[in-house]
Amino acid sequence: MSNRLLQTLAICLVAIAMLGATSPDTRVEHLGHKLVCQCGCGQILLECNHVGCPVSPVMIDELKSQVAGGATDTGVLNFFIAKYGPIALAAPMRGGFDNVAWIVPIAVLILATFGVALVVLFWKRRNDNMNPAIADHARLKTDDAIQNRIRRDTNYDNWSDSDFRDRSDK
Amino acid sequence: MSHPMPTFGTFSLLLALALCVYTLFAGALALRALATGRALAISPERLRETARRAGIASFIAVTCAAFALVWASFTNDYSVDYILHHTNRALHPAYKFSALWSGQEGSLLLWAWLLAAYGFVLRLRHKVDVTLSAYASTILAGIQIFFLLLLNFAAPPFSIAQGPLARDGFGLNPLLQYPEMIIHPPMLYLGYVGFSVPFAFALGALMMRYPGEKWIHITRRWTMVTWLFLTCGICLGMHWAYAVLGWGGYWGWDPVENASFLPWLTGTAFLHSVMMQEKRGMMKAWNVWLIFATFMLSILGTLLTRSGIVSSVHAFAQSSIGSWFTTFLIIIFVVCLFTYFYQRDHLKAENKLESLVSRESSFLFNNLILLVACFTVLFGTLWPVISEFYDGSKVTMGPPYFNRVMVPVGLFLILLTGVGPLLPWRSTSLRAIRRNFILPCVAIVVTAIALMLFGVRPWQDDEAAGGIYALLCFSFSAGVITAITSEFLRGAGVARTQSGKNLLLSAITLVRRNTRRYGGYLIHFGVVVMFIGLAGSAFNQSKEMEMGFGDSIQLGNLKIVCQSFSQDSNPNYDSDFALLDVYRGAKKITQLTPERRFYTASQTTSTMVAIHSTLARDIYIVFEGRNPETDRPIIKVFLNPLVNWIWIGVFIVIIGTGIALTPPLLPIARRVEATDPQLETQTSKLVPTPANV
Repeated sequence: MSNRLLQTLAICLVAIAMLGATSPDTRVEHLGHKLVCQCGCGQILLECNHVGCPVSPVMIDELKSQVAGGATDTGVLNFFIAKYGPIALAAPMRGGFDNVAWIVPIAVLILATFGVALVVLFWKRRNDNMNPAIADHARLKTDDAIQNRIRRDTNYDNWSDSDFRDRSDK
Repeated sequence: MSHPMPTFGTFSLLLALALCVYTLFAGALALRALATGRALAISPERLRETARRAGIASFIAVTCAAFALVWASFTNDYSVDYILHHTNRALHPAYKFSALWSGQEGSLLLWAWLLAAYGFVLRLRHKVDVTLSAYASTILAGIQIFFLLLLNFAAPPFSIAQGPLARDGFGLNPLLQYPEMIIHPPMLYLGYVGFSVPFAFALGALMMRYPGEKWIHITRRWTMVTWLFLTCGICLGMHWAYAVLGWGGYWGWDPVENASFLPWLTGTAFLHSVMMQEKRGMMKAWNVWLIFATFMLSILGTLLTRSGIVSSVHAFAQSSIGSWFTTFLIIIFVVCLFTYFYQRDHLKAENKLESLVSRESSFLFNNLILLVACFTVLFGTLWPVISEFYDGSKVTMGPPYFNRVMVPVGLFLILLTGVGPLLPWRSTSLRAIRRNFILPCVAIVVTAIALMLFGVRPWQDDEAAGGIYALLCFSFSAGVITAITSEFLRGAGVARTQSGKNLLLSAITLVRRNTRRYGGYLIHFGVVVMFIGLAGSAFNQSKEMEMGFGDSIQLGNLKIVCQSFSQDSNPNYDSDFALLDVYRGAKKITQLTPERRFYTASQTTSTMVAIHSTLARDIYIVFEGRNPETDRPIIKVFLNPLVNWIWIGVFIVIIGTGIALTPPLLPIARRVEATDPQLETQTSKLVPTPANV
């Protein structure tokens, strides 16, 4: 009973794994966009559009054979690094120092966001300290009064089209 | 053997250099005398005027040099080395003209000429503010001297070719023989060079401790026009890459593309944060450094792409002038830094931020995102150099890196595009937030659900990330468009109540009363439309096949059938092309003719992509060449959704900028008599213009 249960479980696991597996064509498409043609055109391997390009067909064949041979994604990329150097990768993906390229922009974004938030809070606190007598809502109320007064005095709300002249006319 | 035109050109460049040197030194001397009150042999005002006139004359001299090169190109003067290497007799006249900027020396001459033209306009309009214009004119002359030194001594465009006179030239790079290349480089250069003017005004205003924010009003139009040129230049470059390079995309994160994007990002940040200085007297030092950085980045971009520090497929003009640019960049930085430290007390803010949720803070975060984007692009562009320096191995920074890092940043930016205009200045209440944001939030959720219902379910794809980003982009875009539309309709509704006219006329009046605000909204709308187009790339499809007569490719619901393939020839190039019919079901929708050309003069090949554009998608077909064994063409077909939205978005941005540049209708001035002294002092800061009431 327990054996049968284990077998069923194993079959289910394999089935689930098979569901997640990608076809070789998809993997070639996926990995081919992580590599750069080494003919000097600087294009992504599968987007190199030079007919007669001496390099891209060879690289694509190598990619297909690596995928067909069952190599993992990392294994395939390592094969190309070993053969052509890290320049064959379309982005730094070797780990180690390459990680810095990915971490720095995110770190800068986080630090800058944090920094701006701190600056805003610092300014706000200093502003509050400089005007302790007037509470925020009261100050806003005063400003609103000033704005309303300006609107009233300049009659802005009641401007009609005849009140407007093109600045260029003046 | 005499060479009258090259001699004329060379002499003109030397004369221009002498005139600019005079403009710089006479201008500096006069301004120093005026600032310190020191006496000179002649009156400082007269000396300043002679400097201005010398600056105007330098424009004429550089124009003569540019004319001499164009003349040499049209008359096939192959005694000039530059003309020999960049033109040939069979070249179309339009491309003979564009040869002016197809190589190193010519493009530097174009740069110098545009700078002289900007200087010419600035000096003619000096009455806007005589002293500030004189400072800006003197600084521009300093920049111009650098380019004229390059043209006279490092990269002379009129060098005489060695050996016997050639009968024909080597021709123009085929990639440059495309209509857009006639306007794309000048547009881009107008953008790059144009930032010299706000830079010169900012530096001049800081040097002379210019009171108030008038310099911002003076330079606002310069900055916006320059920004527009740069935007158009970048987008024309995208369209050129899309239509000519034949890889199915428009932006490959190439160093040359990145170099143009860097000043655009900081320039955009400047255009936003400068409003805080105008309205609230804040961020003065920040703004000054933003415009300094924008100008320096335009020089840095040129340095990166011309010095060979980073390699690029787009670099048509590489040489060893990198050390000149490095020196120039260091000098600019030192001058900016020195001036800033010397005058920094002049840049004290008049107000401070009062709330985390306000228009000011949204500008701050907008600046943050744009500058992080700028840093990321610069960092990614320089990473191969950093990596080589660290461990000696050269690496590539291609689209996989930039797309992964920049797309989330772009999504943040889209969100801010919608949020920013909905927040009032100074601070806001929770009620106002709820009132302003409820509709856009609903639009975001409804769009996301609707897209998922209609089959956009990226988590089911192999490349889920791109699809998820696209889904987010579409949803956020819907939110921003709703925000812009509701804001606009709300304003139009108020205008209708006041004027009693219909909604359309009220809306027009509203826009005319506040061109800057509503022009800005339109620009935001255009940017969102562009983002929608960019997000479409997540759903690109392609297929490649060798095609004989009657063979077909099925892609999506389209069938492409090969009708014929043939060859043609003219004096400039030989071409291979295919005639392909495109069917949707049984209905033929178009016939396309992708082509591959072989240019005889330069002995190089180039693709001419065939594109059928609709609002929904582009059918993009590339003739990749012939199979040497079967002699049959190899055709690659792409289905690129929503590409047209990008170009439509650019068009909207242009219209929006045009509106924002138009002077608004102003009310007839009415006298305000304040009775309360406290109100009187405060009202002087709150001048009621349609922009701030």
